[in-house]
Amino acid sequence: MSTAINGGRGSMMGGASGGTPPAGAGALLPSAEPVQLVGPDGQHVHDDRYPLPDGEQLLRAYGCLVAGRRINDQANALVRQGRMAVYPSSHGQEACQVAAALVLGDEDWLFPTYRDTVAVITKGVDPLQVLTLLRGDWHGGYDPHEHRVATQATPLATQLLHAVGVAHAAKLRGESTVVLAMCGDGATSEGDFHEALNFAAVFHVPVVFFIQNNEFAISVPLKNQTVAPSLAHKAIGYGMPGERVDGNDLAALLAVLGAAVNRARDGGGPSLIEAHTYRMQAHTNADDATRYRSADDVERWVPRDPILRMRTYLRALTLLGDVGERAFADEADAIATAIRKGLNTEVEVNPAELFEYVYTEKTTQLREQAQQLREELARDAAADAASVDSASDDVEHQGKGDQR
Amino acid sequence: MTQTTEAPAARLTHQPEAVAAPPARATATFAKALNAALADTMAADPGVLMFGEDVGRLGGVFRITDGLTARFGEERCFDTPLAEAGIMGMAVGMAMNGMKPVVEMQFDAFAYPAFEQIVSHVAKMPNRTKGAVRLPIVIRIPYAGGIGGVEHHCDSSEAYYAHTPGLTVLAPATVRDAYFMLREAIAFPDPVVFLEPKKLYWSKEEVDLAELRRTFEDGQAPRRIGRAVVARPGTDATLISYGPSVPTALAAAAAAEEEGRSIEVIDLRSIVPFDDETVCASVRRTGRAVVVAEAPGFASVASEIVARVQERCFHSLAAPVLRVTGFDIPYPSPKLEHFYLPSVGRILDAVDNLQWED
Repeated sequence: MSTAINGGRGSMMGGASGGTPPAGAGALLPSAEPVQLVGPDGQHVHDDRYPLPDGEQLLRAYGCLVAGRRINDQANALVRQGRMAVYPSSHGQEACQVAAALVLGDEDWLFPTYRDTVAVITKGVDPLQVLTLLRGDWHGGYDPHEHRVATQATPLATQLLHAVGVAHAAKLRGESTVVLAMCGDGATSEGDFHEALNFAAVFHVPVVFFIQNNEFAISVPLKNQTVAPSLAHKAIGYGMPGERVDGNDLAALLAVLGAAVNRARDGGGPSLIEAHTYRMQAHTNADDATRYRSADDVERWVPRDPILRMRTYLRALTLLGDVGERAFADEADAIATAIRKGLNTEVEVNPAELFEYVYTEKTTQLREQAQQLREELARDAAADAASVDSASDDVEHQGKGDQR
Repeated sequence: MTQTTEAPAARLTHQPEAVAAPPARATATFAKALNAALADTMAADPGVLMFGEDVGRLGGVFRITDGLTARFGEERCFDTPLAEAGIMGMAVGMAMNGMKPVVEMQFDAFAYPAFEQIVSHVAKMPNRTKGAVRLPIVIRIPYAGGIGGVEHHCDSSEAYYAHTPGLTVLAPATVRDAYFMLREAIAFPDPVVFLEPKKLYWSKEEVDLAELRRTFEDGQAPRRIGRAVVARPGTDATLISYGPSVPTALAAAAAAEEEGRSIEVIDLRSIVPFDDETVCASVRRTGRAVVVAEAPGFASVASEIVARVQERCFHSLAAPVLRVTGFDIPYPSPKLEHFYLPSVGRILDAVDNLQWED
C-alpha cells in the first residue's frame, strides 16, 4: 500500500532519482506527425496504433459536431445583439470540444476553460446554465457535481491542478474516475501547467491533459510561447507519454483521447495530448484578429474544417444521408432556439445573493452590509414609487385620452 | 497502511512509582498541541489529509506533522513536489472531490507562489458556484518573526489574506487555542488560513492534551472562529492584539500595572471573521485603545481595527486609537529585528500617549 502514492514505480522515498532512466523512455515521445485517421478529403488514413472508431460512434459524434457549430454561431449572434457580454468561440475547434466530452463516462470529470462551452454542453450541462457566466448573471451557472464538469476556468492553467486533485482523491478512495483537463497552447507557458503535469506524474493519477493548440494566445503565435519541438514533447520531461493528433479530425481525436482515458482508467497514469487545430475566429468578439494575422492565414484552414471532412467520410460510407443530415440539423436548431429563447428572457438578478455564498455562514460584517444594501434599495424603490406617482399625476393633468 | 499504536497512558504506567510529590501537571508546547490536533483529527476523520513540503518522513521543519506518516500512512500524510501553487491547486481538487486537505506552506513568504490559487479559486469557488462547491481546506502557515530568521522566513502576511473575501483567517496565541482552533478550522466548511506564530511554537502551558481532545470531541469547546477573548481584564485602556503580539501585549499590561494602570488585553484569535462586539465592548468600557501587531502598519489589519473601533466607539473614546506595529519596511535581518518588532517599551509609550488627564 505504501507504493500507491507513487504509482508503484518506486517507494515513496525512492522515486525516480534512485534508478536509471527506464528502458524505452523514447516511447514517451509523440509521433512525428499528428495522428490522423480521416484526412481533409474525407478519406480514411490507416494507422497501426489507432483503429478507426466504429461508424455508429462516429455518426453520433458528428451530430454533436453539427450542434457544436450551431451553438458557436448562435452565441456569436447573441453577443452582437447585446444579449451576452462576450463569447470566446471555438469555431473550427468543435471536433476537439466534442471528442473531449464523448470519451468520458458519467463518473469522469471534465475541467474546461472559458473557450470550451461546447465541450461542457456536450458533457450534458444545460446550455443556458453554461451561458450564465457570459450573460453576466453570475460567475458560474451550473453545479459542477451534477455532470462532473468543473466551472470554466478563466485564469490560465489553474484548473489543471484541480483536475489532479480530483483524480488524486478518486484514486485514494479506489474509484475508477478519470479526469480530462483542457487548456490552450498559451496556457502551457504558465507555471501551473508545469506543476500540474509534474504532480500528476509523481502521484501517478488518472488525468488526461488535453491541449488545444489553436496557434494563438489572443494575438501571440505559438513560436513566442515555446521553441519545444511540439507541446506534446513536453510530456517526456514529466515522465508521461505525449501524443499529437489532428485537432480537426474527429475520428482521430476520439481514438487518441479514448486510448488515453482507457490507459488512465487502467492505472497507466497521466498523459498529454496535443491537438493541432486553429481558432477560426477572433479571441472573443471584443478582439480584432486582423491586427495579427491575415485573411489568407485563416483561409488556409477552411478546407481542413472538422465538420466538412467527417460529413464527406460518413456520406461516402452511406452512414449519413439527406434524412440523417436533416435530423442533425433539426436537433442543432432546437438547441439554438432554446438558447435564443432563454437568453432573450430577462432574468432578474438578486442583489441579496451577493452576500449569500461568500461563506457558508454569513459573517457579522456581511450581515451588516447586506442590510445596508437592502435599506439602500428600499429607499430607492420608495423614491421611484414617489416619482412614478408624481409622473402619473402629471400625465393625468395633461389629458386623459392620450395614453391609450 | 502502517499503524503504530499510540498509547501514552500505557507508557505512563511504566513510570517509577516513587514520586511522592503530587503528580506534576501535564504541560505541552504550542507545536505539540498543533501536532496532537492534527493526529486527533486524522484519527477521527478518514477524509482529512495532510500534505506539503517535508511534512512526511521529516515531520515538517517545525515538526508539526511529526509521526503522522508513520501513524496514518503515506496516503494521508505525504510530501509533495516542491511547488506551492501545485500543493494549493491539488488541495482544491481534493476538496472538490470529498476530502478535507490540510496543507502546510513551509514559511509565510514561501506561500506566495500559491497566491493565485488562494485568491482566485480557494477564496472564490464557493461563491462562483453558489455554494455547490465548498472547500474545507486548511492552509497552515508558520508565520511572523522574532526567531532570528533570514529573509523570506519572517513575513507577517495576514493582511493579504484578510483582504480577500471568502477566506477565514485565524491566528492562535496560546497552546490551548492552538489545539482547539486547528481542530475547529479543519471541521469548518470554508477555507481557513491558519497562521501559526513561529516564535510561539516552543511556548509551553499546563495543559493535558488528552483532556483537550475529550473536551473538543464531546462538543464542549466553545467556538473560537469569529470570537475574540479578553486575555487579561483591565479598566483603563485596551490593547488589541493577535497571534505573535499577544504575549508582548500581556507583558506590557503587566508592566503597566506596576505603574498603576489597569490595561485590558484582547486576543482576537480570529482576524476574519472579526469580532467587533468583544473589541468594541472593551473599548467602550475603557475609553482608550492601542492596536498591537507585528506586520507593517500601512494598509494593515491594525489599520482596519483602528478604523472599525473609531467608527463604532467614537463617543466612548477619550483619545485617538493608536497603533504599535512593524515599520513599513521589509522584515529586517536577525541582528536588526528587535528594532522592528513591537516591544513592551513601545506599547507603554503608546499607552502613555492616550491623553490621560492625571
